Amino acid sequence: MIGIEHYIVVSATLFVLGVLGIFLNRKNIIVILMAIELILLSVNINLVAFSAFLGDLTGQVFAMFVLTVAAGEAAIGLAILVIYFRGRGTIAVDDVNRMKG
Amino acid sequence: MNPAFILIIVFLPLLAAIVGGLGNRALGNTAVKVITTGALFVSCALSWPIFLSFVAGDATATVVPVLQWVQSGDLSFDWALRVDALTAVMLVVINSVSALVHLYSWGYMDEDPDQPRFFAYLSLFTFAMLMLVTADNLIQMFFGWEGVGLASYLLIGFWFRKPTANAAAIKAFVVNRVGDMGFMLGIFGTFLVFGTVSIPEILAAAPSMSGATIGFLGYRMHTMDILCILLFIGAMGKSAQLGLHTWLPDAMEGPTPVSALIHAATMVTAGVFMVCRLSPMFETAPIALGMVTFVGAATCLFAATVATTQWDIKRVIAYSTCSQLGYMFFAVGVGAYGAAMFHLFTHAFFKALLFLGAGSVIHAMHHEQDMRYYGGLRQKIPITFWAMLIGTLAITGVGIYWLGAGFAGFHSKDAILEVAFARGTELGQFAFWVGVFSALLTSFYSWRLMFLTFWGKPRWIESEHIQHSVHKTPEEAGADTTGGYHPHESPPSMLVPLALLSTGAVFAGWAFSHAFLDSAEFWGGSIFYNENLIHAMHEVPLLVKLSASIVMLLGLFIAYMAYIRDTSIPGKFVEQFRNLHSFLYNKWYFDELYNLIFVRPAFWFGRKLWKIGDEGIIDRFGPNGAAWLVLKGTGAAKKLQSGYLTSYALIMLLGLIAAVTWVLM
Repeated sequence: MIGIEHYIVVSATLFVLGVLGIFLNRKNIIVILMAIELILLSVNINLVAFSAFLGDLTGQVFAMFVLTVAAGEAAIGLAILVIYFRGRGTIAVDDVNRMKG
Repeated sequence: MNPAFILIIVFLPLLAAIVGGLGNRALGNTAVKVITTGALFVSCALSWPIFLSFVAGDATATVVPVLQWVQSGDLSFDWALRVDALTAVMLVVINSVSALVHLYSWGYMDEDPDQPRFFAYLSLFTFAMLMLVTADNLIQMFFGWEGVGLASYLLIGFWFRKPTANAAAIKAFVVNRVGDMGFMLGIFGTFLVFGTVSIPEILAAAPSMSGATIGFLGYRMHTMDILCILLFIGAMGKSAQLGLHTWLPDAMEGPTPVSALIHAATMVTAGVFMVCRLSPMFETAPIALGMVTFVGAATCLFAATVATTQWDIKRVIAYSTCSQLGYMFFAVGVGAYGAAMFHLFTHAFFKALLFLGAGSVIHAMHHEQDMRYYGGLRQKIPITFWAMLIGTLAITGVGIYWLGAGFAGFHSKDAILEVAFARGTELGQFAFWVGVFSALLTSFYSWRLMFLTFWGKPRWIESEHIQHSVHKTPEEAGADTTGGYHPHESPPSMLVPLALLSTGAVFAGWAFSHAFLDSAEFWGGSIFYNENLIHAMHEVPLLVKLSASIVMLLGLFIAYMAYIRDTSIPGKFVEQFRNLHSFLYNKWYFDELYNLIFVRPAFWFGRKLWKIGDEGIIDRFGPNGAAWLVLKGTGAAKKLQSGYLTSYALIMLLGLIAAVTWVLM
């Protein structure tokens, strides 16, 4: 029987993968965007799982919102990256450090 | 007396100084000169009637209130202008000399680029001096006292591009501060004892305090002696008395009109004026008066001896001023305040005359001040010569006793010597003999100055200034020791003041001798008037009365022998008494002594404070330490801001975890 614990474990695993993907990644900013997607999805799994188990639809509605925001965020993020690539010729994470103090 | 006139006399110079000083280049040289000089002539014209009405005996002391000044606890005093006989004397002296010096400066400062500043300073000085002499309370007097000190500083350092002038200005200011310290302590003490700073109230209360004692430095001392000695220290600083005199000769770095106005006729006499103003107070302090007598006599002798060896024409006259101030002080010390004021009055005329005459000589000689390079100027600048001759006759006290007529100094200096003799005390006797000997020296150095400058052969070509002017070296000039230089007589703006001051130097003594010396009505209680002393003064032996004239002739004879008949005598004398000469020539080594005792230790102490106190402690742990801390802190903080997204994300996550942990705990 698949219980809520399994969902939470999967969700947490995805979340940790996403987080590690952000700060262990030294290569490409697109990977960071993908890692953020991963985090958002892990949150979605959580929301839907709890919604189903508690019989409350609010969680699933929220999941839809999160998907929408994630789509918009990916679009804007990619657009910024395209512009940035035009200007600097690279989107390697190690080279994107103009905000250094 | 019309109170409005008194206000005009005092405030017109201030107004002129403000307009001239702020207007400066916007108004231009001529406008500023007209404004300041005009203001001073108006003040002068209004002062004389006041003085003459006091002489005529139909004026009384007037107090013109200006405004309420300080109301603070027990201390309350107003700003008021007090005009009595004593002030009236000072008003004519200050305004006359100042007006003439303003006029004289038209010619003397003609080529100076900063004339508006000069004239504004002169007017400012005059205002401060007028504040001093019209003071109704000690604080107001102190205001004027510091005001003249400031103006003196500004004017000595007028040529501020000259390092020596700056040094002299600072020296004058610092040495005066020492005296002012005494004056301030005197004022504080007076307030402590009398509970007021109003001069009339203090003088009224002074006699009842004559026996009082006060604990001072662990001793029981007479209150009045302490107060008067402290006040006298202030007077010593301002009037360049022995010990605090070192600034006056150096002050000659300033322009000559300044020397005439400030360092001969007016400011340096402020000390004498102050002691006379407070004379009822000093009369209750016999020890203080003894000190005044002794210091005055010592200064008189010291300055006269030094003056005999100096070469700089202005320095000779400066030491002469110092010496004459000594006369005034020992006159005050023996209780003859009238005689002291009389000498102050006559001295202002003939000393200003001598200074302005010297300025005219310097002007003619292309700014050469060394008398060794003068000589034979009698025919070249005759008007200046006659003015200087009159000044010399006045300062040496030429006059005929049996006619009762003579030049200004004859009346005043003889009166001082007689009164010192008549006093009958040992200090009086001491002062008399010192005074007579100094009169001999006065006559000698004054005639020495005249003979070196106006008689003999020209020695002009030896002077670098003249060489510079005629573009010749002494070798090229050969037998012609003039070097082809033509001294030119000064312009009328300089000669008119000389002529007017000459009139004063001739007649001021004769005309006002009776009022100053014999008339208690003239003084009207403004100074302590000792009737018995004046009677005794007229009763002294004939020889005492003639003493000044005798030594005057003796001094003239010695100077004539040494500088006209046989000019090798001074050289032989110096050869014979080498030590004595260098002792006098180096001004009794006062400057060297003060350098050793005060200046060098002060510099050493200051350097220690600077290096250890300021740089080592305050800077190190204060501003520099704070800056160092900020720099290191930001260096560490900077490292956090790497610019890498990943590290920001990590920190964010760690923060989030910490926050969540905090909430859950």
